[in-house]
Amino acid sequence: MDRFLFLTFGGLSTGAVYAAFALALVLIWRAARLVNFAQGAMAVATAYVGYAVAAATGSYWVGLGAAVLAGLLLGALVERVLMRFVGHANPLNEVIVALGLVLLIQAVLGVVFGNGYRPAPAPFDTDALTVRGVAALSPYDLWVLGAVLVVVVLLALLFTRTPIGLRMRAAAFAPEVSRLLGVDVGRMLTLGWALAAAVGALAGMLVVPTGLGLHPHAMDLVFVVAFTAAVVGGLDSPAGAVVGGLLVGLILSYVTGYLGPDTTPLAVLVLLLAVLLVRPGGLFSSARARHV
Amino acid sequence: MTATRPSARSGVDRPAGPSPLRRLLPGAPATAGPRGSTLLRHLAVAVLAGTLVVLLTNQLAPYQNLQVARVCAFLCVTAGYTVLVGLNGQLSLGHGALMATGAYTVALVQRGFDERGTQGRWILPLSLVAAVAVTALAGLVIGLAAARLRGPYLAGVTLAVATLVPAVSTIFTGVFNGEQGLRFPAETPPAFLGAYFQPERWLAWIALLAALLTVLLLANLVRSRFGRSLRAVRDDEVAARLAGIHVARTQVLAFVVSAGCAGLGGGVYAVLTATVAPGKFPLELSLFLLMAIVIGGLGSLAGAVWGAVLLVALQDLPSLLTETFSLPSGLAQRLEGNLALAVFGLILIVVMLVAPGGLHGAFRTLAARLRARRRAPEH
Repeated sequence: MDRFLFLTFGGLSTGAVYAAFALALVLIWRAARLVNFAQGAMAVATAYVGYAVAAATGSYWVGLGAAVLAGLLLGALVERVLMRFVGHANPLNEVIVALGLVLLIQAVLGVVFGNGYRPAPAPFDTDALTVRGVAALSPYDLWVLGAVLVVVVLLALLFTRTPIGLRMRAAAFAPEVSRLLGVDVGRMLTLGWALAAAVGALAGMLVVPTGLGLHPHAMDLVFVVAFTAAVVGGLDSPAGAVVGGLLVGLILSYVTGYLGPDTTPLAVLVLLLAVLLVRPGGLFSSARARHV
Repeated sequence: MTATRPSARSGVDRPAGPSPLRRLLPGAPATAGPRGSTLLRHLAVAVLAGTLVVLLTNQLAPYQNLQVARVCAFLCVTAGYTVLVGLNGQLSLGHGALMATGAYTVALVQRGFDERGTQGRWILPLSLVAAVAVTALAGLVIGLAAARLRGPYLAGVTLAVATLVPAVSTIFTGVFNGEQGLRFPAETPPAFLGAYFQPERWLAWIALLAALLTVLLLANLVRSRFGRSLRAVRDDEVAARLAGIHVARTQVLAFVVSAGCAGLGGGVYAVLTATVAPGKFPLELSLFLLMAIVIGGLGSLAGAVWGAVLLVALQDLPSLLTETFSLPSGLAQRLEGNLALAVFGLILIVVMLVAPGGLHGAFRTLAARLRARRRAPEH
């Protein structure tokens, strides 16, 4: 029972990171109708920036700020320089360009920083606190959960309570009409990418110290898990991404804890296939007609 | 998202015109229809290409022959892959894992015979056939799921498959020997070629035969009724269904064929070094393969040849640069491996943005333009 509780708390903490990552994927999907396969690599790049700045200034928080800022810039840059010019005639084109970006980012990181692991110290203690003899959350887990919660609330407020959020939703939902009504759809798209990449940067900063380590390929599996989380929740639903992230985090925590860490990729694949074959729209999908 | 999408790549499907070979060989059999027998035409090209490469291998040093062999092994994979992605529109990112399936099958079969003390020249073809069969079966499983998935969803699932290789080899460490991988008896040239026959040349011949068979089979498949179904499903599923094509069956079959080719390629790739290890089939391998078919031109078998050549040539780029410019050792070490990645990534992006038809498409456009210019005065 103690072990179960321990795994549950651990799963919630990693699940929060997956939720943030999935949220970043959902943001771009809603804005541009594409899955950003470069999300993981972009997050690694910003994490490198973050930890380099943290090491230079000696402050984790300055590093975190730098990473989020780098995320905003990188997201805007990728949209303005690359994605805007990809032909939409074929939905595969965007995926292929994003995968090219993955190779490029990982290679540049490898050339600049080397392929080895780099130190990525956590700002809080990562040893679990024990409450009445049961190992529960660590201070770092609490920070992760809190940070993701704040981001989710802020994003929800942005999209539902501010004029710019309304414009972003309008631009994504009906670009032509929004354009007629004076919304700068292109700029909203750039903003969506920037926001998504910033959320991804935060998720990257949060996930790296949890035993993952900082190296160019750190996010390969994390991206697949986050994609699974986004699919579980439904690519269209931000709330679904959060629930999906927590759910996937819990499931993987149990699988890893009871069956061993090597089974994780297998569990991810099984989970992904199960959701896609049983409920392709995700748990939070509404019925949708298929256009012809 | 609407199901109709304008076919951006319809330029790939050239309308039937006189093939270059027909012009070269005026006496080619014209019995089977106005354009001659497709099979015979492709067979002639294959024999010609095979002879040329065999002549080439006689001139090459061992390492260069090994490179020819690697190009041929990759060609098996890229040819099958480009048919799936380019002609059927299913983007799989799991072909690296399918290659690994073929490679491990070859290793396990060969070790099985070796442990029993059985020897014979038939073991190699048998193990390769087993590799094709097992990988095609794996392709069937993935394909059955894939037929229900579209676009980014399929890419995501197959990406998850690609991350599976190290995990599976560690979980079933008793069979696959974890990170270390498996060794099996190396392939040696047969005695009748002489005692001093270059082993790498023999390996190149094996790989060449596999590649020629694969491309020949695919070239005929693409020209057949099945090939037309593939394209019809890619361009418009609803229209294809209305025309009486079983969409799901076509998609699954495309995946099975493509997987079988990847298995053969992976098996040959394993034979070249007589080892398999999960480290040889990382996630990037799948992305490299994608680069290879994109740069050659999606859906084009000639483009698959381009891609396979570049795949092997570009991986030797860093060592070449280091030797030529005598870079400092620290930088050289970091460039090792990473430079190829960067170049591949850039190529993938630039080709997709500038020339979605790939190298082969660009050449074809150029040729068409030249031909049009030559014809213009006649009007």
